[in-house]
Parts: sequence; structure tokens; C-alpha cells
Amino acid sequence: MIEQVDLSQVNWARAQFALTAMYHWIFVPLTLGLSFLVAFFESIYVKTGNEDWKRITKFWMTLFGINFAIGVATGIIMEFEFGTNWSNYSWMVGDIFGAPLAIEGIFAFFLEATFFALMFFGWDRVSKRFHLFSTWMVAIGSNLSALWILVANGWMQFPVGMAFNPDTARFEMQNFWEVLFSPVAISKFTHTTSSAFLLASLFVVGVSCWYLMKGRHQLMAKRSIAVAAVFGFLAASYCGLTGDEAAYTVSQKQPMKLAAMEGLYKGEVNAGAVVMGIINSAKQPGDEQKDFIFAVKVPVALSLLANRKLDSFVPGIDDLVFGNDEQGITSVATRMERGRLAIEYLAAFKEAKDNNYEPAAQEALRQFDIYKDDMGYGHLNRPSDAAPPVATTFYAFHIMVVLGTLFPLVFLAALYFLYKGDLEKQRLFQLVGLLCIPLGYVAQQSGWVVAEVGRQPWAIQGLLPVHVANTNLTTGTVQTTFFIFLGLFTMLLIAEIKIMVKQIQIGPEEK
Amino acid sequence: MIGNLDYATLQQIWWLLASVVGSLFVFLLFVQGGQSMLFTLAHTDEEKALMINSLGRKWEMTFTTLVLFGGALFAAFPKFYATSFGGAYWVWMSILFTFIIQAVAYEYRKKPDNFLGAWVYEFFLFVNGTVGVLLIGAAVGTFFTGSAFALNEYNQVTWQTASRGLEAATNLFNLAFGLFLVFLARTLGGMYLLNNIVHEALNARSRRSVLINFLWTLPFLFFVLISLVTMEGFAVNPETLEVMMEKGKYLNNLLAMPLLLVFLLCGLGLVIYGVFVTSYKGSHKGIWFAGLGTVLTALAIFLTAGYNNTAFYPSYADLQSSLTIYNASSSKYTLTAMTYVALGIPFVLAYVAYIWKLMDNKKLTPEELTTGENAHEMY
Ligand code: HDD
Ligand code: HEM
Ligand code: HEM
Repeated sequence: MIEQVDLSQVNWARAQFALTAMYHWIFVPLTLGLSFLVAFFESIYVKTGNEDWKRITKFWMTLFGINFAIGVATGIIMEFEFGTNWSNYSWMVGDIFGAPLAIEGIFAFFLEATFFALMFFGWDRVSKRFHLFSTWMVAIGSNLSALWILVANGWMQFPVGMAFNPDTARFEMQNFWEVLFSPVAISKFTHTTSSAFLLASLFVVGVSCWYLMKGRHQLMAKRSIAVAAVFGFLAASYCGLTGDEAAYTVSQKQPMKLAAMEGLYKGEVNAGAVVMGIINSAKQPGDEQKDFIFAVKVPVALSLLANRKLDSFVPGIDDLVFGNDEQGITSVATRMERGRLAIEYLAAFKEAKDNNYEPAAQEALRQFDIYKDDMGYGHLNRPSDAAPPVATTFYAFHIMVVLGTLFPLVFLAALYFLYKGDLEKQRLFQLVGLLCIPLGYVAQQSGWVVAEVGRQPWAIQGLLPVHVANTNLTTGTVQTTFFIFLGLFTMLLIAEIKIMVKQIQIGPEEK
Repeated sequence: MIGNLDYATLQQIWWLLASVVGSLFVFLLFVQGGQSMLFTLAHTDEEKALMINSLGRKWEMTFTTLVLFGGALFAAFPKFYATSFGGAYWVWMSILFTFIIQAVAYEYRKKPDNFLGAWVYEFFLFVNGTVGVLLIGAAVGTFFTGSAFALNEYNQVTWQTASRGLEAATNLFNLAFGLFLVFLARTLGGMYLLNNIVHEALNARSRRSVLINFLWTLPFLFFVLISLVTMEGFAVNPETLEVMMEKGKYLNNLLAMPLLLVFLLCGLGLVIYGVFVTSYKGSHKGIWFAGLGTVLTALAIFLTAGYNNTAFYPSYADLQSSLTIYNASSSKYTLTAMTYVALGIPFVLAYVAYIWKLMDNKKLTPEELTTGENAHEMY
């Protein structure tokens, strides 16, 4: 039998994965964006030959290095955690999932790691232009690593390009290009990198605002803002567009996630999108309670967002769990039954094979093929298990979208004040700029909570629920590593923040 | 052409590629070796700063090679990745912890307001250089001594001991292998520092450390080699795929694959030659001989574990659960696709070597720490 492991252990493993991923994600977006900003600053220096720009470059590069180190420290654990805590997952889908991870190592991480040393310690070892080239390579390398890992993650959300092999009882790759160019992978990559550029721009604008507030390094601060605000505005606009695209792909490929993002229980034609709302936390799928305690809706916006069509039907959680004949949606209960049959026929197939009884094996395989698409559902215990935590997904999504609407305005304001020439007098704007740094991080983390919590209970959407993907460990073991990570990463985060703040206080080198 | 390779050839190619990455990693452990001597080689703060800045320009290489080793095994031998990392949970977690603390240590050690104090970051480097390397050695040792796991018919792993892999370090062979690796890394570390830094007193001490650490490797090396050629090994019957114990299996492998024997002997010879020119000829170039020698030796060891009908990740608790490069690999399609990808590796190696050379053309001096163009960036 395919064994399921103890649920409390699974939940600790999930908590541990979420913890390490969220820590990793504190540092990664800044790396992705700041590497490009540093490359922009240095390009201007090489073009103009103006030493001021070199000091600007070096200052942001120092901050980049501090952030980068801890990004690497938190990254290595992610790489191995699939094996340590999701070993059945690693075996069942390693044939597909391992490839992007290996490619990331070969092509992205080496680019970063190699040119990183030159970027920091090569100022006197190579020509100006070659140094600039290294800086660009670091930026390209880090963004390439984002590409490959997001291809991997995109595949978990929407598994394509593979087939189940009953002989090995695992999923095997059939088409590499389908995995690479899956619409979900593309929308993840564009949205995530643009959001990272946006975050790094907020960081540069915010830190520079702090200098303006203190009346220090004003020229450097304004120049940094000028570059970052342009980059940030472009990134923020693109982030909104790609976010819309992401929501569209979610609605097409993961309708349950979309329903949770919108807190939608009863599907509708001309569905409205909730702008703001408070979820009724007592509400369960299928009961008759109110879904929202309070909600402001824009009519038909959700149908438009989800299907790009005004009078289209958007299924709700109840439709997806209990089925909707009119819309041709099969209930989870039915799929669970079919899934259990698939699992039984797979076992029968294996047994017949072991006994070298070919006709029985063929018959079992024929039956298996009928039900195999629902095999993942065979592992669920109750139909309502197929729905993710609604409130978390809903709030995280709405926080992200509200902030995503706010940020382009911040960059526009910065550009406007720069143009007017009184940025150093705009106290209120400077304060807003500074406050936007933490808000940027909140939006980043919310984005991943939407993506990952909204995918529950699946490790691989529709194929493999988390409690089957997990390693057979004891709860105590995973608890122990969870708390070690919590302590260690928190300690390192405190160190990172203190060092960062101190370096900002010290500021760029004086002339 | 790659599209026409048969499945078994692809599996062998990928064991070779994984072994090459693993062997380069063993060579790059000179960074860890150097870290482990931080408190003994350096007598002044300046010397310590020289050591850290010299190693600090290379540590990412070692680290990234480890990451790539993990990634390549995941893609090519997912059953190994699942069984070993999930099974020997505590060994791998312990190794990872020592690499997590290493990754921040260089950058944060000297930065003002670093919360823990310089000493703690140096201690992190020391732990990574000693405990980390020892555990890696012990884990590699289990390729020969086996582990305590069983796989069910769906290949889900159960581990038979509560220490989840840490028991590997209690086996004499694994322990000796680990200690051998620690002292080898220190030997290489001494040679690298000698090659990379210009500082009379530190150079003299690095030079001395090379011979001393090399002498320390010898008892463990002999123990490992003698055990290896005499011990029972995990053989696979090519017809029935049954795994069974075979007397002198690894010796038989070396004899059956004479090239590996050549690698092993040349490798050890080159290491000895590197130590010799460093200690007696006043050379700075020992690292290149010993480095190449290390790669060859490690390659011979990895390949002995995987080729010639051998189970490379054996289980002594349940023989038939043992992993071979044939039953642990990805599908033919994935291996083919990944082989196309691997065509890029020479290109990566080329630019890594080129940048390495650019950086090392100018040796690290005490002046660079304080007055050079990069002084502001120094660790
Ligand atoms: C500064 C960060 C930031 C901002 C302002 C936004 N996002 Fe975002 N969003 C992310 C950062 C992010 C992210 C962290 O990068 C995620 C997580 C996973 C991913 O692919 O990107 C994400 C995921 C994500 C998803 C889930 C994708 C999936 O599960 O596959 C959707 C639907 C959106 N976003 C939509 C939006 C919309 C409509 C925005 C408003 C304009 C928006 N995002 C702004
Ligand atoms: C870096 C930002 C990321 C964050 C903040 C994040 C967050 C989370 C969270 C909160 C969970 C737990 C969900 C729950 O059970 O409630 C989770 C689970 C998981 N995520 Fe992510 N994730 C991130 C990136 C990734 C990526 C890039 C991948 C794959 C390449 C991934 C794969 C997984 C896996 C395998 C699990 C465990 C199985 C599961 O619970 O579905 N995550 N993540
Ligand atoms: C579960 C998923 C993930 C895994 C397994 C993973 C793995 C790693 C590893 C091993 C490193 C260290 C690399 C080195 O040796 O230099 C790293 C760093 C990095 N990762 Fe991740 N990562 C994950 C999620 C992500 C995501 C979602 C992104 C971006 C979209 C990302 C982008 C980066 C970048 C840019 C770095 C460079 C270091 C830094 O940011 O400071 N990673 N990651």
C-alpha cells in the first residue's frame, strides 16, 4: 500500500517548509531587483566616468552583499528539503521536478557565484568594462535561478508534460518543453521577477528617503531615487499586468484556489469581485451560513478577471467540492471513489506482475487507465479536504492586490517631486517612502501565501496530496528541526538587519 | 547522437557526471580545510584577515558545487535523493546546518553591529570546516558500508534506526573515511593559502601545516584503503538483479576496471608529489598537483561504488532494497534531456577557470586589506 503518514508530522513538515521558504523569500526578491539596480548605477558610472556614481554603486553593492549572503544560507536548505521532508514526493515526481533544480545549479548559481567574487573584489583586477560585465552577470544569474525554480514550482501548480508509469509507480517526464513553457511557469516567472524589481526599487527609494529626512547624502539619495523610481514604476505596472495574468491562469488551472482567493462558495454567472471584506470564519463548505460578514463587491469583475468574459460562470468552493451537473463539474466524492479504484487496480497490477500473471496484469492495467486521472483524490479522507484554508488565502490575496495598486503611485509621486525639484522638502512623501519598505515585504510574503496555501491539500495539484508526499519521520524529529531552523534563522535575520541598518547609517564612502 | 544512447549508457554517464561533480567538491573542500585552521595558523588579526579574505573569494564555489551535487542527484537518481536525504535525515540536516552558518560568516564577521561578535562567526567557519567535513566523509563511507533502510513496493523509505543516519559516524570505516577527508582538506587548505597569500610568517606556517596534516591523513588513508580492498561488498547479479554480499568486491571492481586503479594510484601519487614539492622544494604550486590528485582519487572511489554491478547505496538492513545506478535513476527521457543540458558544463567550467585565474593573478597582500581599491569590501 502507498502509506500515509501521521498527520501531525505532516503539519510540522509543512510548517517547516513554509518557515524556511518564507525566510528564503525575505532575501531573494531584494537580490533579484537590487542586482539590476546596481548594474544600472554602474552602467551610468562607466558611461559618464563620474566618480559619484561609482560611490553610489559601491554603496548599494555593499547592501546587496549583506542580503545576498543570508539568501544563500537560507537557500541551501530549500534544495535538500525536498529530499529530507518530502521524500515520497521526490521519488514520485523527481523525474520531472529534479531537472529544473539541476539546471538551476549548473547555469544560474555558478554564474552568480563566479562573478560575485569579481564584482566585489575585482575592482583593481580587471578593466572597468569587464567589471561592469561581471555585475550584469550576477544580475542575470540570479534572475535565471528564479526562472528555473519557478518552472519547478509552476509545475507543482499545474503538472504538464508527464505521464504516470505503472511499472515504476511514479510520474515520468514526456516533454521537457511543455514543462518549461507551461503557462503557469511563465506567468509565475514574469510576475515574481517584476514584483522583485518592484520591491528592490521600494527599498532604494525608502532608504534614500531616510537620507533626505536626515539631510545627509542628498545628491546620492536623489540620484538613487531617480533611477529606482523609473525602474520601480515600470516594474510595478508590469507586476499588475502579470498579476492579472496570474489570476487568469489560476482560474483556468486551479479553480479551487481562485474560489478561495475570492472567498466564493456559490458559483455565479456575472460574478462580482470582492474589493474588501471580512470572511465569516465559521463557514464550512456546503453549509448555509453567510460567507462574508461584510463585503464590498464590484459587479461582474470576477467573471471578467477569471474568464475574460462578462457573463461567464465562476465556480465556487461548493460547486467544486459537491459538484455541479449544470456546469459539468464532478464532485470530489465521486473523484475520491474513482481514485480509490485506481489505487486498488494499481495494487492488483503490481501483484499480478510479481506473480508473473500477465493476463491479470493487463486487465488490472486496463481498469487502472479508466480511473487513473483521479488517483490523487483516492488519498483524500473527506470531500471537504479538497478545499484550502479560505480566510488565509483570501486575506493574503487582497493585501497583495491593495498594496500592488498603491506602489505605482508612490513611484509616480517620487518622479513628480523630482521633476518639480523639491523632493528634499516633501516630508510626508519621505515618510511614505520609508514605510513602503516593510509594506513591500508584506506584499511579497502574501503573494507566496496565496500561491502555496491556496494549493492545499495538494503538493502536486490534483495528483499528490501532502500527506502522501511526506517522509516517514516522527513528529518529534520534525519538531526539533523546525525549532532549530526557527532559532537559527531568526538569529541570523537579527544579525542581518542590524548590520544592514548600521551600514545605512554609515552611508556611502565620503569623497 | 545523444538521442540514440541506450538507457544503461545514459545511467552510466550520469553516474560519471555526478562523480565528477562530487570529486570537484572534494577538491574544493580546501576552503573548509583552511577554515578549520583559522585558530591555529593565524597568530595575529592581520593573518586571520588574510586567511578569511583569501578563502572568502572561493567559498561560494565549494558551496555551489555541493548544491549542484544535490541537484544533479535529484535529477538523475531521484530514488537516491529520496532515500538518502529522507532516510538519513539527521546526518544531512547536521551537514546542512554547518553550511548555513558558513554562508553568512564571511560577510558578517567584520561588519559593525553584527550581533554575535566576530568570534562566533569564526567559530561557525571552524565548525563547518571540521564537523561538516567529517560528516560528509561518514556519509560517503556508507556507499561502501551500507545503511539501515528498507523500501516498500512503492519505494517509500523506512529507516531502521532512531538516529536516522547519525549511526554512520559510529562505524569505524566511515569514521576513518571522515577523518581522512578532514585532514586531506586541511592539507589542501594549507597549500591553497600558501599559493594565494603573500605574507612571510603565514606562508611559513601554511607550508609546515601541509606536511603535518598530510602525515595525519596516512593512518586513516591506510585503514580505508586496506578495508576497502578486503571488505565484503554489495554486488548485484546482472541477470536476476539480486543483491548479495561478495568477498573482496571493491578489489574486484578495481581489478575489473584497471583505469580506476590507475586513477587511484596516480591520484595518490600526485597528492604525495604536491606535498613533497611544497615541503621540500619551496614550491607554491603544490595545490595544483594535490588538487588534481584529489579529484582523480575521489573519482576512482565514487566510480568503484557505482560501476561493475555494484549497489552504490546499499542497505544492510534489507539487501534487496539497495540502490544501484540502474534502479535508482530517472527515466530514459529525463536522462536524455539532462545529457543535452550537460553539454553546457564545459562552458561553465571554462568561465569559472577564467575568472578564477583573473582573480588569482594578483595575490592577496596585507596592503590590499587596508589600502587597496577593494579595502572597503574586505571581509
Ligand atoms: C511586491 C510584491 C507583489 C505585488 C505588489 C503583487 N504581487 Fe502577486 N505575487 C507576488 C508578489 C506581488 C509573488 C510573491 O511574487 C507571487 C507568489 C508566487 C508568484 O508566482 O508570485 C505572487 C502571486 C500572485 C498570484 C498567485 C499566482 C499563483 O498562485 O500561481 C496572483 C493571482 C497574483 N499574485 C496577483 C496579483 C495582482 C492582481 C496584483 C496587483 C496588482 C499583485 N499580484 C501584486
Ligand atoms: C519562496 C517563497 C515561498 C513561500 C513563502 C512558500 C510558502 C509556502 C507555505 C506557506 C507552504 C505551506 C502551505 C500550507 O500547508 O499551509 C508551502 C508549502 C510548500 N511549498 Fe512553498 N513557498 C515558497 C516557494 C516554494 C517554491 C519555489 C516551491 C517549489 C519549487 C515550493 C514548494 C512547496 C512544497 C513542496 C511545499 C510542501 C508541500 C505543501 O504544503 O504543499 N514552495 N510553501
Ligand atoms: C523551494 C524552492 C527553492 C530552492 C530549492 C532554492 C534553492 C536555493 C539555493 C540552494 C541557493 C543557494 C545558491 C548558491 O549556492 O549560491 C539559493 C539562493 C537563491 N535563490 Fe533560492 N531556492 C528556492 C526558492 C527560490 C525562489 C522562489 C527564487 C526566486 C524566484 C529563488 C532565487 C534565489 C536567488 C536569487 C538566490 C541567490 C541568493 C540570494 O538571493 O541571496 N529561490 N536558492
